[in-house]
Amino acid sequence: MNVEIIFFFLVAALAIVSAVFMITRRNPVKSVLFLIVNFFCLAVVYLILHAQFIAIIQILVYAGAIMVLFLFVIMLLNLGDESRLAEKTTYRYWIAAIAAGAALVEIALGVGVSLGGTHGSFHPAAAEIGTVEFIGRSLYSEYLFPFEVTSLILLAAMVGVIVLAKKKFH
Amino acid sequence: MSGIPLNYFVFLSAILFTIGVVGVLTRRNAIIVFMCIELMLNSVNLSLVAFSAFHGNTRGQILVFFVMAVAAAEAAVGLAIIIALFRNKQTVNIDEINIMKW
Repeated sequence: MNVEIIFFFLVAALAIVSAVFMITRRNPVKSVLFLIVNFFCLAVVYLILHAQFIAIIQILVYAGAIMVLFLFVIMLLNLGDESRLAEKTTYRYWIAAIAAGAALVEIALGVGVSLGGTHGSFHPAAAEIGTVEFIGRSLYSEYLFPFEVTSLILLAAMVGVIVLAKKKFH
Repeated sequence: MSGIPLNYFVFLSAILFTIGVVGVLTRRNAIIVFMCIELMLNSVNLSLVAFSAFHGNTRGQILVFFVMAVAAAEAAVGLAIIIALFRNKQTVNIDEINIMKW
């Protein structure tokens, strides 16, 4: 049990606790703030995995851009308290618990069987492939076409959002 | 190098994904359901990055980059749909938005 594993457990515990708080808070603004905490924890886990580029993008795109968008919409719609969305049924919780438990057991069994007890460490090249230089080289050479298609997706999303959020459809 | 086994990262990813599933199934606020979907996307990204680091292959991280781009587009479109719904029905409770239900 070295320092690295203890640090990983701390970050993982914070990520799980913030995710649980995110789905249990009544106030949507608090949910958004807990989700931002969760995203920062995931960025730290990416750094543990030597994926610097992904960690920075996680903070910039998710914690920065997407969550600000969520916060903006929640405050725009003025969804202060959710009391009138109160649950009327309890069977929903049971179904959710059964489905989630089944999914977790299935994934755990799959991971246990396929990875079973392997205590391998990172690949020697792990620190190298996570750098901005390596990923940028790969993106602009081997994955140039998908990269350009991504810009089309973003353009389509932008046009679609403007049309959807307009006052009236013409 | 590091002594953290691959299992730990995959189990963390599985737990976060399960929390996202529970949120989607139990919450009635459309925006929070949407945030749970983002959480599930993130947990899958985590396992992709973990496998990428343990196999020394950069493709997992490239795929995570594209997933993030699509997630950004999806978040923007989804929130615009929620705003349009709220403008028409004055609610974000997904039990009351059943116009597409047969």
